[in-house]
Amino acid sequence: MKKIEAIIRPEKFDIIKDALTEQGYGGMSVSEMKGHGNQKGVSEVWRGKRYRVDLLPKIKLEIVVSDDAVDKVVQTIINESQTGSIGDGKIFVYEIANVYRIRTGEQGDAAI
Amino acid sequence: MESLFSKYSSKLKWLNVVYFITCVLGLVYFGSKIVFAGDPSGTVDYGADGSIERLGYSINFTWTLVAAFLVFSMQAGFAMLGGFLQAKNMLGYMAHCFADGTIGAVVFWILGFALMFGGSGSAPGLESGNLFIGYSGFFLASGSYDVQTIMLWLFQMVFCTKAVTIIAGSVAERMKFAPYLIYSFIVCGIIYPIYGHWMWGGGWLSTLPFGAGCVDFAGSAVVHTIGGMLALVGAYVLGPRKNKYNPDGTSNAIPGHNLTLVVVGTLILAFGWFGFNAGSTLGATDLRISVVATNTFLAAAAGATGVIFMSYIIFGFTDIGLACNGALAGLVAITAPCAYVAPWAAIAIGVIAGAVMWGTVIFVETKLKIDDPLGAVAVHGANGIWGMIALGIFADGTYGGVSGLITGSGGQLLAQFIGVVAAIAWAIGMGALMFYVLKVTIGLRVSELIEYEGVDVHLHGSPCYPAQAELTSQLGSVVEEEVTQREMAILEESLARDASREKIYSEKLGRWIYAKLKKEK
Repeated sequence: MKKIEAIIRPEKFDIIKDALTEQGYGGMSVSEMKGHGNQKGVSEVWRGKRYRVDLLPKIKLEIVVSDDAVDKVVQTIINESQTGSIGDGKIFVYEIANVYRIRTGEQGDAAI
Repeated sequence: MESLFSKYSSKLKWLNVVYFITCVLGLVYFGSKIVFAGDPSGTVDYGADGSIERLGYSINFTWTLVAAFLVFSMQAGFAMLGGFLQAKNMLGYMAHCFADGTIGAVVFWILGFALMFGGSGSAPGLESGNLFIGYSGFFLASGSYDVQTIMLWLFQMVFCTKAVTIIAGSVAERMKFAPYLIYSFIVCGIIYPIYGHWMWGGGWLSTLPFGAGCVDFAGSAVVHTIGGMLALVGAYVLGPRKNKYNPDGTSNAIPGHNLTLVVVGTLILAFGWFGFNAGSTLGATDLRISVVATNTFLAAAAGATGVIFMSYIIFGFTDIGLACNGALAGLVAITAPCAYVAPWAAIAIGVIAGAVMWGTVIFVETKLKIDDPLGAVAVHGANGIWGMIALGIFADGTYGGVSGLITGSGGQLLAQFIGVVAAIAWAIGMGALMFYVLKVTIGLRVSELIEYEGVDVHLHGSPCYPAQAELTSQLGSVVEEEVTQREMAILEESLARDASREKIYSEKLGRWIYAKLKKEK
């Protein structure tokens, strides 16, 4: 089992969520976050004075899938969210030791 | 056209300064030439000091001015209704409300008041005008520089700015700022005053030979029907927000961001409405004010109560957002008949107003397919009409000689009907002309990118709820080029790529989704 952690543009979240749900990977944890990599901030105006917002809003998606589905999910996320410019985000893939479903006590692939 | 404007925008900015200075100099020059014919100190025409006559004037002035201040507080209520919108567009909506309240006042001072009350003879300096338009009292100068005229101006000015603000709700989240200012200018300066003249300034509606002529006590037609119908036209010409409608015509809910603001805003509006209606007697020596104020509140309470119970029966929830609109619907409907009906009739008018509001929300959204984020058409347009008709039905003849259908005379109802038809025709006709001309010249709608990211950051430079100070830094500390322009081009390209996606119905999800076109092999 692998955990896929994708940091994406907020405006792409809806279509990624729809595309993943459509393919049957609807379970996900989502958090709003702020950060920046190579993409620098944007400038805004506060009562006539320009200032810079360093950290941009991003959305972090966490999905745990079985090993054979990793490629498909990662490809889906890349396909849907790629704009080809700085700020598109990153995807991290982690090993998962085990998964338990609290409601039933199932574990392993059955619990995903 | 748009590119032409942006190309010369820096030049236009300087021209603005030149125009402004020219205007101010012109004003000072002509202002110094004016001969004062009114009574600007209030010491000549309004009774001897200490006389009973003067005391009567003094009470009426106090009442009307306090009422005007109350009506002004409604601007805060209108701004707070922005809680129905998404957080990214809140500042844009409040900017519209704020511009209406300030620019509208200046325009009303320049020409609106003169077109509206010239010829009414209701105060000194307002002598010339005909049945269709007034033409005295420009700039509150010469004869109209008089305490009573200026009191009337203040009270009418706040009404005028309320009427314009109604439209802000229906065009919210997607309208450019510049055409909004032009629209605000035209409505405050021409559309609202001319209809107001017909009704309140001694125009043809008030002298109709049916009943007591067309009557509108505090502005169901003058303020709310005109505002609501302009809102309808504006929202229609602008088109719905992105994602509001699916390709098969069904509509999606776009939730707002703060119901606290909505509830508080509604309560502030209801408070201001006491001034709106009870102040319209223009004097506290008219003791009917207690009935007016009570009717006003009863209708609001009845409107909200009706919606609270109905929404519980229909949804199983009590929808407070809708109940707030129900209260406002009751207030709008009672605005015309508040002085002429008994309290029981106010309750009936309020309950029906809640139902009319609800029905119109559904009708506008599903049948007309017009996107009206704040329900301006349902609350103000439809209930302005209902209020005028209700006057013709429920007026009991105890005040002002106005008798409706329940006393057995149908003439008043006919007069009210003519007034309403005139309001609808005038507002829709002039509104359509204005909005279409604006659309083809400077454009009404923001670009898709701005709509996506919210008008706040793009048109006003800052989100309504900015980032924490810890997450920002001053521009001085970084190289400017490296930083900062929003990556407009990149995002626009990406959105354009998204636009090639098709909206398809997903059986699996049971709703509409955006999907990439399948690649042909």
